[in-house]
Amino acid sequence: MGDYFHSVRLDEEKCRGCTNCIKRCPTEAIRVRKGKARIINERCIDCGECIRICPYHAKKAVTDEFPGFSAFKYKIAIPAPTLYSQFKPEYSRNRLLNTFRAIGFDDVFEVARAAEFVSDATRKLISEGNYPKPMISSACPAVVRLIQVRFPNLIDHLVKLESPMEVAAKIAKRRAAEEQRLDPSDIGVFFITPCPAKATSVKAPYESKKSYVDSVISIKDIYLRLLSKLEKRDSSEQLAKAGYEGIRWANSGGEGLALGTDRFLAVDGIHNVITILEEVENDKIEGVDFIEALSCTGGCLGGPLTVENVYVAKTRLKKHVDEAKAAKKTEELQETYDENIIWTENIAYKPIMKLDDDIGVAMKKLEELEKINDELPGLDCGACGAPSCRALAEDIVRGNAYETDCIFKLREKVRDLAAQMKELEDMAPPVMNRDRK
Amino acid sequence: MGDNLIKLHYEIPSYDLTYAGEASSSVKKVLVQLGIDPARVKKAAIAMYEAEINAVIHGNGGAADVEISSGRITACISDKGPGIPNLELAMKEGWSTASDEIREMGFGAGMGLPNMKRYADKLDIDTEVGKGTRVTITVDF
Repeated sequence: MGDYFHSVRLDEEKCRGCTNCIKRCPTEAIRVRKGKARIINERCIDCGECIRICPYHAKKAVTDEFPGFSAFKYKIAIPAPTLYSQFKPEYSRNRLLNTFRAIGFDDVFEVARAAEFVSDATRKLISEGNYPKPMISSACPAVVRLIQVRFPNLIDHLVKLESPMEVAAKIAKRRAAEEQRLDPSDIGVFFITPCPAKATSVKAPYESKKSYVDSVISIKDIYLRLLSKLEKRDSSEQLAKAGYEGIRWANSGGEGLALGTDRFLAVDGIHNVITILEEVENDKIEGVDFIEALSCTGGCLGGPLTVENVYVAKTRLKKHVDEAKAAKKTEELQETYDENIIWTENIAYKPIMKLDDDIGVAMKKLEELEKINDELPGLDCGACGAPSCRALAEDIVRGNAYETDCIFKLREKVRDLAAQMKELEDMAPPVMNRDRK
Repeated sequence: MGDNLIKLHYEIPSYDLTYAGEASSSVKKVLVQLGIDPARVKKAAIAMYEAEINAVIHGNGGAADVEISSGRITACISDKGPGIPNLELAMKEGWSTASDEIREMGFGAGMGLPNMKRYADKLDIDTEVGKGTRVTITVDF
């Protein structure tokens, strides 16, 4: 399966083969084999739950290195709004943005600004009313991939608008090409990300053939570089252009609040998202036109590649939101957004749970699965390497595991064997010591 | 191939809404594993969920017996509750005999039977006052 790219990877050396990640994974995508956690590529949605839960820091996200003096003639940083929440409140947003110049970038464009364009386009889509309700935000790539593997009936509900990251990259690149008279191939756009799912969507985009982002750098990798240059820099140039509605996107509920309707629902944390999507699929959600669903608890502020605690970050972001609210918007919203931001590609259902392509075979396997499952202890201990007894039963019928992978089953077998051996031992031949008639 | 039949049995608890919906949600997982068309899975899951909820809130609990073949699913939800005195009224959208307590919990909107009719390809209701109700839902694949 070569066509699956994932930024979530395993650090073999650090992995102890424990059960923490297999039990936390929302798509049951991890198994422990030979003492190491293995990610099943077609199931992984890059949510990063395993990175968060691993006590040995053996799960990591592959992002790009800090560019230094990279091949690009002109380098533009496009920071996610979450970045603002990572620093102490005395640093203004403008000062932060200017610091990107101090660490080697030529320009900076706020993803928060592009988020306002996406909000604008979403408001239009809601009022046009052509989407099945509730519409579901596609801003979180982990949620989009979750829908792709678990909620095929909801694919049509996904808002097919590009993410603020993609829109920011497009605008920044076009502007720099015009203003600096550069060839677009000489311009490098660097996204500063709070999460691995974004890195995946740059390397393997689902909404278009190719992403406009050239490189993805995690917030935790760039944090110290920014911090060390923060105070030394004069921040006279006005680079902070996003309004409060765009900045607020980093928070759970931020995207929904910008839509100008009360008929939205905001859910965060991948397991909560699953609960809500189940309800949507079962037609149980009423009076809701739009669902904002974010994989991380607290929204992007809780991303696995951030440095600050999500609740502290929340308070800090509020300060930036309030400041932007108080400040007059520097530019009109319509200023520059003539790009097409509708998806040019679409996602297709990946039936990862299907037991077989042939329904007859699938039914046989399912019967077998139920039978094996009934025989297993039901402790869901994870010692077999699968997240639950049922998952082990599933692995067995798929031919990926054996019943004796269950330590209780194995012990039963050993006990039976011991009893048999004792029986044989008692049947020593008469030439040795047995009385025979 | 295609001749085998999967039979599943679930007990439906009485008046306990915390666990209501577990049978239909298990059946949904099974159908997904069989690779049934997602739109069909949805029909079966919703119709069965409604019947299950009815058995919980009106029927003092009961049982669900499900049969899955390669061509269809048949879910039979039976209870030993009070039965439905006027089936014609019960089939009307918005008609409900649920208590205020049930309504406060967000159920009892009078959409149970109408939804079953909407989502099932075939719906049989066998009810007798004082004896109970037996709902049979069929969804073709």
